[in-house]
Amino acid sequence: MDIFIQQVVSGLATGSIYAALALALVMIYEATDVVNFAQGEMAMFATYIAWSLINAGIPYWPAFLATLAIAFLGGLLLQRLVIRPVANAPVLTIVIVTIGLLVIFNSLAGWIFTYTQKPFPSPFPKEPLHVGQIVLGSHELGQIGVTLIVLLCIWIFFRFTPLGLAMRAAAQNPLSSRLVGIRVGWMLALGWALAAMFGAVAGIMVAPVLFLDPNMMGGVQIYAFAAATLGGFTSPLGAVIGGLVVGVVENLVGTYVTFIGTELKFTVALALIIVVLLVKPSGLLGRTVVKRV
Amino acid sequence: MNNANSRRAVVGIALLLACVLPFVLNNFRLFQFTQVYVYAIALLGLNLLTGYNGQISLGHGAFFAIGGYVAAILMDRWGVPYLWTLPIAAVVCLAAGFLFGLPALRLEGLYLALATFALALAVPQILKYFEHWTGGSQGIVLIKPGAPAGIALNPDQWLYFLALIVLLATFWIGGNLLRGRIGRAIVAVRDNPIAAQAMGVNTSLVKAGTFGISAAFTGLAGALSAVVVAFVAPDSYNFLLSITFLIGIVIGGLASVPGAIYGALFIQFVPNLAQDVSKAAPWAIFGVFLIVFMIAMPTGIAGGVAMIRNRLTRRRVSEQAATAPRPGMQATP
Repeated sequence: MDIFIQQVVSGLATGSIYAALALALVMIYEATDVVNFAQGEMAMFATYIAWSLINAGIPYWPAFLATLAIAFLGGLLLQRLVIRPVANAPVLTIVIVTIGLLVIFNSLAGWIFTYTQKPFPSPFPKEPLHVGQIVLGSHELGQIGVTLIVLLCIWIFFRFTPLGLAMRAAAQNPLSSRLVGIRVGWMLALGWALAAMFGAVAGIMVAPVLFLDPNMMGGVQIYAFAAATLGGFTSPLGAVIGGLVVGVVENLVGTYVTFIGTELKFTVALALIIVVLLVKPSGLLGRTVVKRV
Repeated sequence: MNNANSRRAVVGIALLLACVLPFVLNNFRLFQFTQVYVYAIALLGLNLLTGYNGQISLGHGAFFAIGGYVAAILMDRWGVPYLWTLPIAAVVCLAAGFLFGLPALRLEGLYLALATFALALAVPQILKYFEHWTGGSQGIVLIKPGAPAGIALNPDQWLYFLALIVLLATFWIGGNLLRGRIGRAIVAVRDNPIAAQAMGVNTSLVKAGTFGISAAFTGLAGALSAVVVAFVAPDSYNFLLSITFLIGIVIGGLASVPGAIYGALFIQFVPNLAQDVSKAAPWAIFGVFLIVFMIAMPTGIAGGVAMIRNRLTRRRVSEQAATAPRPGMQATP
């Protein structure tokens, strides 16, 4: 039983990473109908920026915030410079452009920072927490805490601020929003900026566990895809729940179903994505899109 | 010279060049061209699906892998002659593609991209998992076949001509397929599935069938690659292979048969040139090319070539029109 609870908690910890990245995917999907295949690599690159800042002697939390600011600007620029020119192009074009971004970020990181794995500091104490018989990792708990704080901030932003309302309006009905004076183009760019920021949080939180290298986010991204698919690409809450569920299930399956282990990590994600898409393509909380023909 | 004749002339000159190459290039360069043909077949397969039928596949490396492993296992385990492994691999991949195409019917656009993306990532793991058959991460080492008795060619030259013959055969089949009734159905399903259905096209069958044919072409290329390289290993069929194919069809030209050749030349030679700069450079360059082409030249090299040809012929036509006497002027005395 103790092992079970420990596995659930560390599942929630990995799940919170998936949730953050899935939320980033959903934000971009909601705003611009694009699945951003480069989301994970953008997060990885932001983590390298944080690593450089920390190595330059800046304390952890200021470096953390500075990275978020850089990621925010980077996301904004990407949308304005790269995504906007193809905004009205067919799905295939946009998918290809984000795949292009994926390989660019991956190879740039390898070029600038080399492919050797780098340790990344954790801001949380090293000693695990003992609750009765159960041992919980401090970083895992901190990871869950940070993700929850980020989620809370986002919820407050979208629910209670005029800018959040404007962004929701622009995503839901661009034409009417434009008529009431919302600058829809900038709202979409803001969506990319926020998504880049969540990705950065996910990357920085997962780096102490996985170690930093250019391919760090490959596995995380595919699970974030699975999470967003499970929760529904049109539902932010669904993405978070999907992330946590996927994290816990992955951990429990890895512990109790011995023949799968970690060797078939991607295969499990593939099976999950296909099963969800076949059984309930809109996901748990997503709305079904009805097309008029 | 009209359009069809000039095209025939270009193809003829290209073929002549292709036949001269083995006798002027060293073995390493020749091997690179053999690879180009292998890639071109795989790209034609992917282009059928993604370019002509509009189904996005980010995981066609999977079918390349299946083809390669079918060929390798047949040769290694059962001593099947290598020439026989090619059609068998194509048939196996036809079935595999059709089966993957069935659930894919329900997945449109982005979701299909997602599922095939996951497939591309999962392939090396699955190959390593079935170690008993695939030899695990060690892969399978094969014997490089030589030319049959009576043909005075070294093994590299022979494999080059083999690849060239298979290339011509697949392009002939692919080209005819696309020109006919089936080809029109494939394109109609991409452009307007509802109208196609109303015209009596069985869209489900066409989509799943295109997936199968596309996988068969790519699988055939995979088998050919296994024969030519004489080695298969899980890590050569990684995610980047699928992305390389995607880059090939985008740069070469979506929905274009000759585009597959341009794309294959690009993905074979550009990384070699870029490798000198840095290990990471080829992919950075690939990425930049992908984005720039999508924004500035979505029809790829094939589109550019067609545009230049059109401009040249139009000029010729307008010059003729300017010099020729106008009928109206002659009529007046």
